[in-house]
Amino acid sequence: MLTLSRLNSYRELEHLRQRLREQRQNITTTVMVCGGTGCRTSNSQAVIEAIRDELSSQGLDDSVRLCVTGCHGFCEQGPVIIIEPGNIFYCHVSPEDAFEIVYQTVMNGEVIERLLYEDTVSGERFKTEAEIPFYKAQDRRILSQNRLVDPCSIEDYIVAGGYSALPRVLNGIAPEEIISEIKSAGLRGRGGGGFPTGRKWAECMDAPSDEKYVICNADEGDPGAYMDRCVLEGNPHLVLEGMMVGARAVGASKGYIYVRNEYPLAVKNSRIAVEQARELGLLGDNILGSSFSFDVEIARGGGAFVCGESTALMASIEGKVGEPRAKDVHTVVDGLYHKPTTLNNVETWANVPAIVLNGSSWFAAKGTKGSKGTKILALTGRIKNTGLVEVAMGTPIREVVFDIGGGAANGNKVKAVQTGGPSGGCLPLDKFDLAVDFDVLAEAGSMIGSGGMVVMDEETCMVDVAKYFLTFLQDESCGKCLPCRVGIDRMLEIITDITEGRGRMEQLDLLEELGDTISQTALCGLGKTAPNPVLSTLRYFRPEYEAHIREKRCPAGVCKALITYRIDPDKCNGCGVCLRNCAYGAITGGKKEVHVIDTQLCQKCGICRSECKFDAVQVV
Amino acid sequence: MPPQALDTILEGRRSQPNQLIEVLQDVQKSYGYIPREAIESVSQGLGVPLIEVYRVASFYKAFRLKPSGKHALTMCAGTACHVRGSGLLLDHATSQLGVKPGEVTSDGLFSIEHVNCLGACALGPIIAENGSYHHHMTPAKLRKLIETLRSREVEDAHSVQTK
Repeated sequence: MLTLSRLNSYRELEHLRQRLREQRQNITTTVMVCGGTGCRTSNSQAVIEAIRDELSSQGLDDSVRLCVTGCHGFCEQGPVIIIEPGNIFYCHVSPEDAFEIVYQTVMNGEVIERLLYEDTVSGERFKTEAEIPFYKAQDRRILSQNRLVDPCSIEDYIVAGGYSALPRVLNGIAPEEIISEIKSAGLRGRGGGGFPTGRKWAECMDAPSDEKYVICNADEGDPGAYMDRCVLEGNPHLVLEGMMVGARAVGASKGYIYVRNEYPLAVKNSRIAVEQARELGLLGDNILGSSFSFDVEIARGGGAFVCGESTALMASIEGKVGEPRAKDVHTVVDGLYHKPTTLNNVETWANVPAIVLNGSSWFAAKGTKGSKGTKILALTGRIKNTGLVEVAMGTPIREVVFDIGGGAANGNKVKAVQTGGPSGGCLPLDKFDLAVDFDVLAEAGSMIGSGGMVVMDEETCMVDVAKYFLTFLQDESCGKCLPCRVGIDRMLEIITDITEGRGRMEQLDLLEELGDTISQTALCGLGKTAPNPVLSTLRYFRPEYEAHIREKRCPAGVCKALITYRIDPDKCNGCGVCLRNCAYGAITGGKKEVHVIDTQLCQKCGICRSECKFDAVQVV
Repeated sequence: MPPQALDTILEGRRSQPNQLIEVLQDVQKSYGYIPREAIESVSQGLGVPLIEVYRVASFYKAFRLKPSGKHALTMCAGTACHVRGSGLLLDHATSQLGVKPGEVTSDGLFSIEHVNCLGACALGPIIAENGSYHHHMTPAKLRKLIETLRSREVEDAHSVQTK
């Protein structure tokens, strides 16, 4: 093993890279096991241990590299493994498979059929990752780097070519040139706002101050989005390098990564990365022998959605309550501790090193007129292939949902997609030809936001979805400004009336009026966009609201006050599973006889429906 | 593990009001919640008014002012989990345990927390039990999880008695 010590010049960094690569020349095979949160949930830790033991007992420690990586994206299929060379992709791997994987595939190059991915649509089995439709239709500029590195190894990042952008901005490229590259690349903020990154940096650079800050916003509070988590967990050095470039450009000497405490692995991995970078002198004073000094600290968030807003986030780093303030003066001039501050989201920072290395035209070659590059989306909800997806800006939603996502699960029909989280909106199927593009989606009443894409089918009630977001926003409203604090409350009251059968038609107009008022008068961006989920569902799914009000019926069978459970006598074979599971004694029926639900006793808990193997329990 | 002494947590951070949230995070990690005495010591240690420490501790969702149960069930209420039926899971947990989110069962064994997203959206609905994630949850799986945990506790209590 090489011992790592402080690097005093660009040449020493390159020398280290070369030595590390030489050291790895004997490696014939790499086994990449996903250690992202999704796969860990599916027990990948045990798989990792089992493969490590197996490699050891076969004496392969030196020639085979076991790389525990960040998220590969296809969380639904976890734990997943990729073996190179060959790009062999195994999914749903269990610890018991370790012997076969090592003996057959690693040692003898044979493919294990049963571990290959079977396409959810065609039933075809694919040998390599590249052939799988889920990956094939993507453009994984950032996510594909996850599988190359162990997030806890700075060596891996350097071997993979990391920390090559840093020396460039230290020697040669002036801060103005960096910013002009970012500007011509057309990079826009990936956290939700879509603000041009280069313009932000330029304003911060121009702000006079001897002290400036850069911040990485990893307070991914948007429910249904987890791409920032996976990038920071899986490739923290990439984010750090982006921050270093940004700090050099704007003239900052201190940076913060503000990360949700609910993401313990992201906290841990980014801390390790910062320590390692300090050890090598890539953070600290006189980085690589230059005059540039910069250090980064990790600040753990307190779990407040509003802290995703820049001024609230900065208040939180200062140890205060996370309340936003009016942005009469922008944070690029008056930010953290009243100093000029550049705040970007994880994915935005992660895009920076490649722009420096490959140039702005390389970056801008992908995407649309107003939205360049790629976007990572969290494809979730009522869909077959869930996971993290990265596509070129401009890709139609249809392609994401059907070609990559494989369409709705359980033979249902896709009805809508919710994008942009609590600030975004719901788009119906006939809008699926719209592109993933900041401006296109905003025009349609939604937004890309941070990239959450929750797919909904006919069993999703759009009124309930609107209620869900209002409940979320009411809970998360910091309470500082009246339109958000009181307005959301009133909207939630109305929606609750509608979902419980007390709605009146004139309330729909009132909802729109309230929504418009909140949009125009709330203090911060989160308040201004809070009515979007209601307004977009009213715009595109009004008949569902009307069914709740006029017919006292929830077409999707979700709103408890408007539904009853019943057993279809043609499908029930009297197996008795529902009866045994009902905690309320609401189901009766003899062995092998059709069972019946007593609607007086039924609490609509749904346990009978989820347990029935014959799809006999229905909601009407 | 005995709680890390407040002095150790405050070491190197005294008279630095901007360390408030970090200190509270460490207090919670160590004690499982933010006890009243800790609020007082932190206030003195950092030089932040008591009311401000309380305000911060009660503003952020990450902080609990009461201890949680031995088995803390964290129910994810993210959008992806919601459209896959996490609402039914919460209803189920509250009715089976007889407590609401934020409360602890009278035997101290279980508490329910309701969080806005656990960030494993692809595998929802997600429930975390003392931080370990359970995916694709259904009401029946949740009932079994609670029953298993409870019977393990009964067995443990029994084996302690027989010893």
